[in-house]
Amino acid sequence: MVAAPSPMGAPDASGRFGSFGGRFVPESLVPACMELETAFSEAWADAAFRARLASLLASYAGRPTPITECPRLSAELGVEVVLKREDLTHTGSHKINNVLGQALLAERMGKRRLIAETGAGQHGVATATAAAYFGMECAVFMGEVDVERQALNVFRMELLGATVYPVRSGSRTLKDAVNEALRDWVASVETTHYCIGSVMGPHPYPYLVRQLQRVVGDEAREQYRERSGGRDPDVIVACVGGGSNAAGTFAGFADTAARLVGVEAAGGSAVGHGVPGIVHGMRSLFLQDEEGQVLEAESISAGLDYPGIGPEHAHLAELGRATYEAVGDDEVLAAFQVLARTEGILPALEPAHALAWVIRAARDGTLAPGTKVLLTMSGRGDKDVAQVKEMLA
Amino acid sequence: MSVQAPHDDARTRATGRLESALRERRAAGRKLLVPYVTGGLGADWVDIVRALAAAGADGIEVGIPFSDPVMDGPVIQEASQRALAQGATPRSVLAGIASAEVDTPIAVMTYYNLIARAGDKRMAAELARAGVAAAILPDLPLEEARPWCAEADAAGVETVMLAAPTTPDERLARLAQRGRGFLYAVGLLGVTGERSQLAESALAIARRCKQVTDLPVLVGVGVSNASQARAICEVADGVVVGSALVRRILEGAGPDGAGEFIGELRQALDS
Ligand SMILES: Cc1ncc(COP(=O)(O)O)c(C=O)c1O
Repeated sequence: MVAAPSPMGAPDASGRFGSFGGRFVPESLVPACMELETAFSEAWADAAFRARLASLLASYAGRPTPITECPRLSAELGVEVVLKREDLTHTGSHKINNVLGQALLAERMGKRRLIAETGAGQHGVATATAAAYFGMECAVFMGEVDVERQALNVFRMELLGATVYPVRSGSRTLKDAVNEALRDWVASVETTHYCIGSVMGPHPYPYLVRQLQRVVGDEAREQYRERSGGRDPDVIVACVGGGSNAAGTFAGFADTAARLVGVEAAGGSAVGHGVPGIVHGMRSLFLQDEEGQVLEAESISAGLDYPGIGPEHAHLAELGRATYEAVGDDEVLAAFQVLARTEGILPALEPAHALAWVIRAARDGTLAPGTKVLLTMSGRGDKDVAQVKEMLA
Repeated sequence: MSVQAPHDDARTRATGRLESALRERRAAGRKLLVPYVTGGLGADWVDIVRALAAAGADGIEVGIPFSDPVMDGPVIQEASQRALAQGATPRSVLAGIASAEVDTPIAVMTYYNLIARAGDKRMAAELARAGVAAAILPDLPLEEARPWCAEADAAGVETVMLAAPTTPDERLARLAQRGRGFLYAVGLLGVTGERSQLAESALAIARRCKQVTDLPVLVGVGVSNASQARAICEVADGVVVGSALVRRILEGAGPDGAGEFIGELRQALDS
């Protein structure tokens, strides 16, 4: 008898988690994906690489991030909420964990130019930051709609020395930014590393990004056990755009009894309303019409405005190991304000989705009183304050 | 990584309609010209297909527009968006192809999601029923192509493989072995679109492809005018011309203008 494999193990040789994943890219990019796969597996097995990454995460990104108890929020909800504070990292979100790892890989492969797609701008800011730190060139593709609603992050990227290209095709949001980054990469692949911002895209990205983000879940598990006399939380909750903060968090708890919940924006719920398809290099769940044309997601949160989901999440959903919920814009705005008022923390709109679900589930009894919840606070809300002000006016 | 077994057995390989036509013409000393049009673009697109056939195309590529065409530059993106806005669907494009009734073999070019959504088997059958000879799927690389190719082979639809400047020689040989119709040599690193200069990579990839295969080798992506087409055909068996034609169609060339442009290229290749 072989032990049951962990529900979050490595993908198979074709890059699949169950039936999801794979590598559906133009021929021009196939050799680069293979090179990255090899570079990553060698680097990940190389103690010197791991030590360098760990040291950067500690001295530059500010890891480990703490976990924070939320006594006033918990009293209000009747469930015990603890936050994993990715909002306290340098650049203000979990995106930095992935980007520092990929920048080190790019350096290892001799590539001196980084490109990235961005929705909310957090991944773009993180990539621009790493590029500045490593002295690399950086280009960020961002939908025109997002350039408008996240103007502050555009300026940040420019201050950091990156060039931001507004994308005017299609829905002019995250999906189209990915298309444009792929088009750039097809032309620049010999000198450029595509620093994908979530657990999506062609193999090895979904696995690579999850491994770089699992520091969130691994730290949280240790910290939580220390605080609770060895106990794990009952429920782990994280928001899901492509799914990187959720995958990193879930990876730390996949082999515990904790229930795993991913929260999508109602207007971009790939698990709720998507069907299997092949887009952006991967087989996963996508919002699409009967012919296979990809539909536009719609959400107040630029970071969750994506019609697909990472392939490993599609697999976890199929296995039933994780469940995926959807919340609407109004609940999110309310959650944003509740956390500010009760705990003095302004969340980014993306993790406010995770909190919105906790609030709803605590109120409707889905979460029994006293349930112990760990929620990944994937980023801070500074970038969203202007938008929230407008929406509340 | 494990090495995969070859996808097919040369002994059972049937030569399809597109490949036969291209081989025959090549044997007659002709350079091959395959224009690309976006299916469903404008009310007269089927007439444009007929005009291309009449102007001396050796094969015709018809794009089935997709919402997220990652291998395409601004011109074909624009054409795809317009065609979709005008109501184009895979079914309407296939119906148009069937109604064109041209003898010139037609290859559809599209993205794999439109096939996967319908199912490999069903779409292969629908292509065959519409009289389509071949399929070109730029986001379906060799490693992922097996299920589609099995259904396409069974339905008699030729799957054209693409080779890129970054493809190593060993892989080139495997692409050529799996390829049907012709080997599509991507002339440069980049997406579709016109270029003022012929990329050096176009000749290099054509040469490398010719070394590994007897399949007709056609260079596409970035082939913009008659003199570039002629220069490429010093090495390659032919060219695919897309954006240069589609731009003219977007600018209102119509069937006459499209036929005229392809006629000029035909003349340049024949002289
Ligand atoms: C703070 C924050 N959380 C979450 C996300 C969503 O990404 P993912 O699902 O990959 O964690 C974003 C994306 O921009 C973000 O900025």
